[in-house]
Amino acid sequence: MKIIIYCLLLTAYCLLPTANIWADKSEVLIAAASDLQFAMQDLIKVFGGIYPDSRIKVSYGSSGNFFSQIKNGAPFDIFFSADMKYPEKLAEEGYGLKGESPVMYAVGRIVIWVSSKSPVDVGKLKFESLLHPSVKKIAIANPEHAPYGMAAKESLLHEGFFEKVKDKFVMGENISQTAQFVQSGAADIGIIALSLAISPKMIENGRYWEIPSEYHNPLKQGFILLKDSEKNTTAKQFADFVKSAEGVSILKKYGFKAANNE
Amino acid sequence: MNWEPIILTAKLASVVSVILVIIGVPIAYWISFSKWRWKFLIEAVVALPLVLPPTVLGFYILVAISPNNLIGRLWVELFGATLPFSFSGLVIASVFYSLPFAVQPFASSFETVDRRLIEAAWTLGSSKVKTFFTIIIPLSVSGIITGIVLSFAHTLGEFGVVLMVGGNIPGVTRTVSIDIYDNVQALKYSEAASTAFFLLIVSFLILSIVYAVNRKVWSVWPQRF
Repeated sequence: MKIIIYCLLLTAYCLLPTANIWADKSEVLIAAASDLQFAMQDLIKVFGGIYPDSRIKVSYGSSGNFFSQIKNGAPFDIFFSADMKYPEKLAEEGYGLKGESPVMYAVGRIVIWVSSKSPVDVGKLKFESLLHPSVKKIAIANPEHAPYGMAAKESLLHEGFFEKVKDKFVMGENISQTAQFVQSGAADIGIIALSLAISPKMIENGRYWEIPSEYHNPLKQGFILLKDSEKNTTAKQFADFVKSAEGVSILKKYGFKAANNE
Repeated sequence: MNWEPIILTAKLASVVSVILVIIGVPIAYWISFSKWRWKFLIEAVVALPLVLPPTVLGFYILVAISPNNLIGRLWVELFGATLPFSFSGLVIASVFYSLPFAVQPFASSFETVDRRLIEAAWTLGSSKVKTFFTIIIPLSVSGIITGIVLSFAHTLGEFGVVLMVGGNIPGVTRTVSIDIYDNVQALKYSEAASTAFFLLIVSFLILSIVYAVNRKVWSVWPQRF
């Protein structure tokens, strides 16, 4: 009996510090489409050099999932989406910060990626690579809620390959899981974001071919400051930083074309 | 190794275990001693999380606690914060998810307490509450510890429900299992490996405790006559 009481007291004690999780509003919580997995780390590092006191935390996932989480009350300050339509919808429905509208910050590209061990010459075969006899599984992001998956599907439809290869699909929950599927060898070939393909860990282990951007609807990347960021100056500073020349050049390094229309 | 998700998960599991003792013991008592004809239905409901896919449970909980529905709305009015994607939401979901892991060991240990001892206490004028605390609880210590430890361990390792209800928010709902999943997606295999190994060791230690406790209790106080 005594042991149980001690256990209860100990766990109750553990409970106490959890209260301040909600109170802490000085740090910025970012929801980022997972194509930003590597670019965002760089952005935050450079931003941290300018504002040493800033504290930023990032969740990576698929844009569609974040969209529904934010509508259900997820406490994010900024949402970086791989598809402009999600921030636009959130702004329309009143989830955005007052006086701020969604910002298109870049245009994304997709590539066909194979491991360096693969016999497929992806640069020469292009879409035909998907039909190569060594290819048993093709990784794409789920087109239902991942914009890069949608773009992959559109480009395959455009080139008339979709029906021929759709039985070989393995679907990642978001684009970085898709990249992980091919990088680990679980899938033989994959359609992933250029921003992931040129990240150090991917480029060391494989090669890719850029799918021409006119084969799919443009992957307009957009972010929006959300209602939760109202009292958070760091969130606004970070948003401004991403739009700045420095931010744009970091994004460019990761294969994001600058957004030319504002 | 990143300690934040580990500390967060330990907190979550501790809170959930405490809550499960508070609500699990009365439920287990009722299951053990009720003579109600339809009792088996309640037993089935308690055991449901054992067989339901976490996504089913996660989906229902997410819908129930959403601010668009009654429970979620009540919570917003009482506390001014929404439940999904918060620590509190995660606690609620985990309590349901780990309920059978607490209630079943509690109930089975209450059932093994010799009825003659309980009835003897009653005939000597001891109230039901007093009998419970002086006879049943001391004779069920091993079962109660097993229930607490198992629900703690089970919460530690939960994934699907956390992903659906908690949504991977660093420091708020990113538990150890989600952190590992995240690290794999970020191609940080070595970090994923060290966290996974840590979880493996902790789970092994916890289960060893369960078996050690049960064995010791049997050899010192034989409960079966």
